[in-house]
Amino acid sequence: MVPMPYYLIVGAVLFVIGIAGVILSRNLIIMFMSIELMLNAANLTIITFSRFLNLMDGHVFVFLIMAVAAAEAAVGLAIIIMLFRNRETIDADKFNLLKW
Amino acid sequence: MSYYLLLIPLFPLLGFLINGLLLGKLNKKIVSIVACGAVGLSFLWGLKLFFNLLALPADSRIIEEIAFTWIPSGEFNVNVGFLFDPLSAVMVLVVSGVGFLIHLYSIGYMHDDSGYGRYFTYLNLFIFSMLTLVLANNYLLMFVGWEGVGLCSYLLIGFWFEKQTAADAGKKAFIVNRIGDFGFLLGLFIIFWSTGSLNFITVFDKAPQVFAMGAGLITAATLLLFLGATGKSAQIPLYVWLPDAMEGPTPVSALIHAATMVTAGVYMIARSHVLFLMAPTTLMVVAIVGVATALFAATIALTQNDIKRVLAYSTISQLGYMFVACGVAAFSAGIFHLMTHAFFKALLFLGAGSVIHSLSGQQDMRFMGGLKRHMPTTFWTFLVATLAIAGIPGLSGFFSKDEILWKSFSSDYGSIWIWAIGLFTAMLTAFYMFRLLFLTFYGGERMDHHAKEHLHESPKIMTVPLTILGVLAIVGGYIGIPHILGGGNNFEKFLEPVMGNVQHGGEEAMVMASSGQNGGTELMLMGISVVLILASIYLAYVLYVKNIALAGKIRQSLSGLHKILYGKYYVDELYGAVIIRPLIGLSLFLWKIVDVILIDGLLNGLATIIGDISKIMRPVQSGLLRRYTTVFLLGVVLILGYFVFR
Repeated sequence: MVPMPYYLIVGAVLFVIGIAGVILSRNLIIMFMSIELMLNAANLTIITFSRFLNLMDGHVFVFLIMAVAAAEAAVGLAIIIMLFRNRETIDADKFNLLKW
Repeated sequence: MSYYLLLIPLFPLLGFLINGLLLGKLNKKIVSIVACGAVGLSFLWGLKLFFNLLALPADSRIIEEIAFTWIPSGEFNVNVGFLFDPLSAVMVLVVSGVGFLIHLYSIGYMHDDSGYGRYFTYLNLFIFSMLTLVLANNYLLMFVGWEGVGLCSYLLIGFWFEKQTAADAGKKAFIVNRIGDFGFLLGLFIIFWSTGSLNFITVFDKAPQVFAMGAGLITAATLLLFLGATGKSAQIPLYVWLPDAMEGPTPVSALIHAATMVTAGVYMIARSHVLFLMAPTTLMVVAIVGVATALFAATIALTQNDIKRVLAYSTISQLGYMFVACGVAAFSAGIFHLMTHAFFKALLFLGAGSVIHSLSGQQDMRFMGGLKRHMPTTFWTFLVATLAIAGIPGLSGFFSKDEILWKSFSSDYGSIWIWAIGLFTAMLTAFYMFRLLFLTFYGGERMDHHAKEHLHESPKIMTVPLTILGVLAIVGGYIGIPHILGGGNNFEKFLEPVMGNVQHGGEEAMVMASSGQNGGTELMLMGISVVLILASIYLAYVLYVKNIALAGKIRQSLSGLHKILYGKYYVDELYGAVIIRPLIGLSLFLWKIVDVILIDGLLNGLATIIGDISKIMRPVQSGLLRRYTTVFLLGVVLILGYFVFR
């Protein structure tokens, strides 16, 4: 059986990739996918602890997070499509009207 | 039994609503029928009620009707109610009767004016307000009418508002009246505070219990009421608006600024005579202010060249007489003079209007003259009115003026000085009125060639009211012939239920008259005044008909005095320097310094400080999603780091 730190390291690496994606990319779709990546990194970490500590609570949480992520994906993608329709771009830096 | 008093003011109100709401949609004929009809109906209804009143026994000649409760508020209860007694009956008949004649006259006078409908709308509103004023059964409703006539006066003085002087005169009238109204209102507060009511009958019933004779409180209340009267009735020190009010159409000057509105102050004092009799100090002030105004205005009238201004100062002077009558507690004599004055002064103004109309707007008497041939009806009626105001025996003005002079001599409150000044003023009155008559109707025709061709007698619609008023100016006095001349002084007897026996006049005077002692004095004084008046008329004849050069010579030798009188004693300039200029200075200080620098500076300074701070903070909100995320991440890392490594 693979020891626990391996799982945690994979989760951490995934999370950092996700953060890097959000911060560095200007493409909304990529930012969106990076957010999904961070969610799943968190999922992986939770399920790891749940498995190794023999607690079932973590499983329940993960299912909830997955359901929420699915709903959020639907809403988020819809917003991105509308943004594209209106402005013909999905460059996040172009959507900077909401400021002083 | 209901008398439907409400109908009297209701007719003009309806006329006002019809003409006002359909302004510009009705043709001139309908407008004039509605307007004149409304006032005519009021007059007829007033006449009917007057006969109803006469049918009642003298002691119970008071009709009080409550239309509805207006302000029910705890202790404070005010009704819209009307009081019809001999005093208000006289006022209603004068207001609606003279008002009706002036409405008729206006049809001719305003015929070509573009504001025809607006004019009659205002005029009906005025009649409504004035009738409310004289019919009200409490001080507050009276005050509503009081303010209403003030508003109409403002609207009608400024009727030709395109003219700057007219608009200014309207504002002046309104603002000066405001000072008087302020006093009136404070007086009402004292009355309500002391008696707990504003209803005339209740107040006068309670007054002897709550006020001590001659005490400070009642003196203050009556002085404040009198301040209100000086504003509305153009007495010193608030008379300055009336001469300027001549900027309005001439029938308005006749109706509002001669016959009716300006007498409201006299009516108010006569109505409140119970209160005034309890304050001898106030009565003295009233008499002195009245006689001073009479003399003051008469002297100014001697030198003015504008025909309407002479009449305006004459009005102020005659109002002074009425206040003298009130001040010596001869209230019915004051009301008597009010009534006769309404007839002959309205007639004088309408006659002047007829002259101005015929001369296409010329008001300066230096450019008139010789109109007697061209305008016979105007001339004869004008002559009647001039004789009446001068106080020639047999015409209305003689009886009322003589009554006042006699009372100012004989009354407990009067004195020989008031009588003497009053007599001197009567001489001046005769002089300046005949000067006006001679300059206008006699002598050479001094108008320019163009105007000369247009000379014409006014149309029937204008001369008929003149004739009716002329008849009234003759016979109006016969209801008040004094006992000494074999009359019954019916007018005073008619007003006795209202005025009470304050004079101890009625019976006592008759006894005195028959005993011949005091009666001899009265006849002698009467004789003196008639002789002096005839003398001053002759003087005017010499100076302005026979030997005009002499008038100019006299003017030259008295040029200093003439300049002061012609400049109206420079009272307007004095007020300008003492009151208006400092007020404007203060306003400028409040505006430029306090408002702009202090208040605006404070607010703008605060806003600038906040703005400057936000300028520093503003770049943080860049609108860039990625930057927000980075900061967010850094925050999370810092917090986590803090908890992990602490």
